[in-house]
Amino acid sequence: MDESGIEITELTKPYWDSLAGGKLSFQTCRACAHKWLPARDTCPNCLALDDYDWTPASGRGHVVSWVVYHTAFDPAFKARVPYNVAIVELAEGPRLITNLATPNETIKVGLAVDLAPEPRFNVTLPCFKPAS
Amino acid sequence: MRGKYVIAGIGHTAYGKLPGRTTVSMNVEATRNALRDAGIEKALVDAVLVKAPTSAREMVYGQLVSEALGVVPKWSFAVDQGGAANVSLISIACMGIEAGQCDVAVVCYADNPRTGNRAFMGRARTSEAGAFGWAAAAGGYGMIHQAHIAEYGTRPEDFAAIAMACRKHGATNPDAQLKAPLTLEAYLAAPFVVEPMRRDDICLVSDGAAALIIMSEKRARELKVPAPVPILGFGQGQTTTEVTQRPKLTESMAKVSAKTAFDMAGIGPKDVDAVQFYDCFTVVAMMALEEYGFCKPGQVGAFAREGRLEVGGDLPLNTSGGLLSETGMPGLQLVMEGVRQVRGTAANQVKNAGKVVVSNQGGQMQTHATLILGA
Ligand SMILES: [Zn+2]
Repeated sequence: MDESGIEITELTKPYWDSLAGGKLSFQTCRACAHKWLPARDTCPNCLALDDYDWTPASGRGHVVSWVVYHTAFDPAFKARVPYNVAIVELAEGPRLITNLATPNETIKVGLAVDLAPEPRFNVTLPCFKPAS
Repeated sequence: MRGKYVIAGIGHTAYGKLPGRTTVSMNVEATRNALRDAGIEKALVDAVLVKAPTSAREMVYGQLVSEALGVVPKWSFAVDQGGAANVSLISIACMGIEAGQCDVAVVCYADNPRTGNRAFMGRARTSEAGAFGWAAAAGGYGMIHQAHIAEYGTRPEDFAAIAMACRKHGATNPDAQLKAPLTLEAYLAAPFVVEPMRRDDICLVSDGAAALIIMSEKRARELKVPAPVPILGFGQGQTTTEVTQRPKLTESMAKVSAKTAFDMAGIGPKDVDAVQFYDCFTVVAMMALEEYGFCKPGQVGAFAREGRLEVGGDLPLNTSGGLLSETGMPGLQLVMEGVRQVRGTAANQVKNAGKVVVSNQGGQMQTHATLILGA
């Protein structure tokens, strides 16, 4: 990551704005009700163009898989090593990449997690923590 | 088309560090060696099919290679399919010749990430992924490795068994870049890179090039090619680009690719004498053994510990060392070893290697291609 952080486009702005307000949102197709992340302007199910709503997620989900980086491929992460990266599936279905705010040895596939937004770089990231 | 097309020649450069060489120059050297192996003149080549170098993209790369080879082909293009591309190009060459579009094809690949630019290896796929530190191919493969552990209780010893078989074969291959065999103790003692993957789960980074000459079996007879190896079957399968979106992380489309190739060849797993399976990470070769139907999921470790994946066992794996030991080149070394096994000229020769299956795959297990060679 360089100083400029994440590139925010017209397409992704509602996603980052929602997170800045403490909510994670995914896209829902108005034509076929399919739900997805990451942001795209075409429905990956029925291919409708620009015909979606941003739907607030419950913030609940579970860990699909996870890893721990012992090497900082990106120098910006040098101080964080060893740090975890996880794939989380939301209760509503869409999946995303994330970091879990919990000691690495407590992570398991299937672990129930809740949204724990974290300001980093130029945005608020959808991080997660173990469900309370 | 079963057996109607052959690999007529194989050639490669040295593997490891080749500083100062361009990828075009390495492609020419490998192709010159492949033409010599086939015993034919370059003037016969009318198709130049290239896997684009991974570390640096150039426009009209197939044409750049053709020009350096001094040939004016009917067909020439560079494809981008990650590590599955070379086997896919072989199948495209066969279909092109079958359709009368060309007659003699070169399939080649060169790259120099070891002494050149390897920035692509550590890069995040998107700026959003980068914000979580989800960088490098090892991240995606690590997710798959972890999912395999969670689903099947796969142990470190099981992953080690794959690496140990490949390293054992590399140790007695004069061309191998890494000739040190691997013990279980050394595997376990090595540091994690992206946990749960340790150092020896991860393939080499190598400069080098390889090339093949493809033609019909009939043409090979007319040209008196000394050791043509018939292509019995091929297939492909593709799954999601993003690992995050894959319905089940422990399944790729290798199963579909294998079935297509087995059906074309008219054989099944029990007929296979050796496998050359893409092993950029140990979990990849493990899942190929499972998805191709050689082992039940989760049983590869036990299978390997019986010595069955070694030369002398019933299913030798990566008999020249694979990406973990021979060279990190994305795929063609596996095809060339398949050719040598069927010819009977391999450094670690399997007795009566009549049928050899090669897998190539790329991205983060998104692309997969299968090739079956044999007499
Ligand atoms: Zn839709």
